Amino acid sequence: MQISSRQLDKTTIFDVSGDIDLANSPAVRKALLKEVRDNRTPRVVLNLSKVRYIDSSGVASLVEGLKASRDVGSRFILFGLSTSAREVLQLSRLLKIFEVYDNEEQALAG
Amino acid sequence: MKILHPARRGKPKERNGDLSRGLLLRLELPSDPSLLCAVRGAVERLTESFGFSAPDCRAVTRAVDEALTNIIRHSYNGRPDRPIEMLFRSVHREAAPRASEGLEILLCDRGPSIKRAQLCMRELEEVRPGGLGLHFIQQSMDIVEYKRANGTNRLRLVKYVRSPTQEVNS
Repeated sequence: MQISSRQLDKTTIFDVSGDIDLANSPAVRKALLKEVRDNRTPRVVLNLSKVRYIDSSGVASLVEGLKASRDVGSRFILFGLSTSAREVLQLSRLLKIFEVYDNEEQALAG
Repeated sequence: MKILHPARRGKPKERNGDLSRGLLLRLELPSDPSLLCAVRGAVERLTESFGFSAPDCRAVTRAVDEALTNIIRHSYNGRPDRPIEMLFRSVHREAAPRASEGLEILLCDRGPSIKRAQLCMRELEEVRPGGLGLHFIQQSMDIVEYKRANGTNRLRLVKYVRSPTQEVNS
């Protein structure tokens, strides 16, 4: 898995590629929490269009990012969910609690 | 990771105690999270060749991945060098609702006996991290059984191949 970030005005976009599983979800969690809690970025956007698989530990990392953003009053946005990623969020009944868009353009316009 | 048997198909009776019957694949691997990706790849190919629909291939792969994650985290406390054995067998169900072929997966580890309290499933209405792995396993498989015998934890997962009619009705 690889994770990189881009800055657009008051938004940080994380581009993630590969699978998010037990081996690398701690890295995703660390990056998200640093951006939300330490940098206090008003809008954090996660590009998941190149993520084929997310396991329960990956979902937990996303939930932590969301909760941290709620704590500091920022926005936490996902876009580009694969079928598999969408399925796990549906199975965990978490899809509705996230702000989810199909692509980057919609995510930034939302 | 060690692949010990080539794929071969058979029609064994279920729960006959003979683990070699209907054996498709046997894997031995250490409890290293970096190997989860390789196991998912193997399970995806196996479920595709077994005849599962695309959603069921993803479901079985997800269940196996989450079961391995639980073994690594809870049975072995994150140690990456402990042994895990996996057996994939074809099984046949004669009973209701209708006869069907299934894939049985046995996951064995030598960690301490798992206490029910450790296998906590949170309420899905709660919005908090953690406690989702067992939900994913139970939602994905037709049979989920845990057994402790001879110092080994054995998790048995079974998924039956659904006919196109069942797919439409479910």
